[in-house]
Amino acid sequence: MTNLIEVEKVSKAFGGIVANSEISLNVPEGRITGLIGPNGSGKTTLFNSIVGYHPVDSGSIRFEGKEITQMKVQQIARLGLLRTFQQTRIYSGLNCIDNLLISEPHRSATYMGMLMRYPAEAREKAERMLDFVGLYQKRRLISGELSFGQQKLLEFAMALMNEPKVLLLDEPTAGINPTLINGLIDRLKRAATELGITLFVIEHNMPVIMSLADNIYCLANGKMLAHGAPDEIRNDRRVIEAYLGGHYEAENA
Amino acid sequence: MKIDPAKLALYGGILVIGLLAPIMFPNYTLQLAVLWVMILFALTWDVMGGQMGYNSLGNIFFFGAGMYASAIVQIGLYYDVGLYTAARGAVKVSFTSDQYYTGLFLGIIAAGLVCIVFAVMLGWVVFGLRGPYFAIGTLGVALAAGELVASWGYVGGGGGISMPVYPGEPDDRSIFFYLLCFVLAVFTFLVLRRVYSGRFGLAVNAIRDDEEKAEAMGLHTKRYKTVGWSISAFFLGMSGAVFGNMIGFIEPLEVAFPTVTFGIFMVVMSLLGGKGTLWGPVIGATLFHAFKEITWTYMLGWQWVALGTLIVVLVVFFQQGIMGWVMEKWPEKFGIVIDEEAAAVAPDLDGSAARREAAK
Repeated sequence: MTNLIEVEKVSKAFGGIVANSEISLNVPEGRITGLIGPNGSGKTTLFNSIVGYHPVDSGSIRFEGKEITQMKVQQIARLGLLRTFQQTRIYSGLNCIDNLLISEPHRSATYMGMLMRYPAEAREKAERMLDFVGLYQKRRLISGELSFGQQKLLEFAMALMNEPKVLLLDEPTAGINPTLINGLIDRLKRAATELGITLFVIEHNMPVIMSLADNIYCLANGKMLAHGAPDEIRNDRRVIEAYLGGHYEAENA
Repeated sequence: MKIDPAKLALYGGILVIGLLAPIMFPNYTLQLAVLWVMILFALTWDVMGGQMGYNSLGNIFFFGAGMYASAIVQIGLYYDVGLYTAARGAVKVSFTSDQYYTGLFLGIIAAGLVCIVFAVMLGWVVFGLRGPYFAIGTLGVALAAGELVASWGYVGGGGGISMPVYPGEPDDRSIFFYLLCFVLAVFTFLVLRRVYSGRFGLAVNAIRDDEEKAEAMGLHTKRYKTVGWSISAFFLGMSGAVFGNMIGFIEPLEVAFPTVTFGIFMVVMSLLGGKGTLWGPVIGATLFHAFKEITWTYMLGWQWVALGTLIVVLVVFFQQGIMGWVMEKWPEKFGIVIDEEAAAVAPDLDGSAARREAAK
């Protein structure tokens, strides 16, 4: 089993606040890796560092064995390492189909291609992806008028359209109505198994991440706290303390 | 190919009116020619300002740059430009008919190409700016260009250049330039219509809606911005070349780089018609030009007040413009509908089912 993303001793500070301190982790190919931690523990900062949103202070990040620490956001995205945003971001003035069309992979984009129309296959693929997330009926609506949950699904479909090798999802179920969450989990799993996309997921909803991920990393106060299978993490005393504070143990003693 | 009769009537009607207008209104030929230039202004401004969300106040720079580029080519092909202009002697020269048309043709082409080069170079600098800073930065470029040319003796400085004289009858001259403006505006419209319907159109709209997201998706944002800016510059440069020859005399501040008139008009026209739409700038430019001619004729002395009032009303009460309002009112006419009948088929994620179907 190879590691697609290898993060080695990455540190990032904003002024005096250390958001990430010597974080090391691996995202194995073809699996679903989870990243949890209390609010402010540095999860999103780590995501931003991996996709090149800001330079890291020290350490290195490799993707498929290739050093990407110094690369820019767009270059990294074109390599096939994609992220979705915690505050869902779509192109709100375009309709759903167009949102997907413009998300096609840009790896081999040419200057001539920029001025061309979309081939029929691209449209068919866009419709398939919308169908996959259950938005086919709304494909001609302006995406800014969709509900928040539907926008989240649309953003997920856009990411799939881009044919990434790894998809970094920042809280995919936040703000989605509970009955839709199961459907979303099912689709995430199918993206991993049927499309072979490696997933790396930040999630606060514990039942979701426990049923989704093969292995989970836990951050707290910018440091790596624990790593293991869902069951190990669930029963790890340090993780429980980090989430609920030291009182938890005292109350249960 | 299936031809929509409504579209055929629309395009055919515009073509017929466009070609017949100078015959029907012979006294207004030059006014009508300016109308087509105005339509071209609004269309090219909208590429950046409407479709991409980069509000440029300095697009007029390309108009003036094209005008001067063509003047230098047209004169420089046969004479020394420095000697020709008022600054160093103002030698009297004449151009033969062949020289005139060759020079004009090459001048218009050169104007477009030079402006593409300027657009690429300027893009390196101004695309680092966002929002109001981009607007002010581009405005500065246009204002500075006017002042720089005014102090450049080789092209006559503030004294300007008399363009080569049209070798023919005055009536033919106005029809000739009318047709040039008409063809250029129609060509601009068709090129924009084509590129908006493909990747370029969606990409610039994506940049307008969320540039950071587009970057995170790996879109070549810088390329699209440069290409969009270059398309604007190319057509504006050519329109400058035609306009300069049509006026017959060019000088930097009032004719070539009129930032506070044409430079602002192009923004107002796009806003009036509805920015970010294909037809909005065309409608806006037509109405605006009519409004301007009427106020300039019947409200002389108050025309700037009327213009200012129009701008205030637009910005405060009617930001979406005419086309934007129409699209809000009748969204279903523009294909914005829920597809109730869409069959809830089993999702075919990677197309494998479709391939199996095709293999049968």
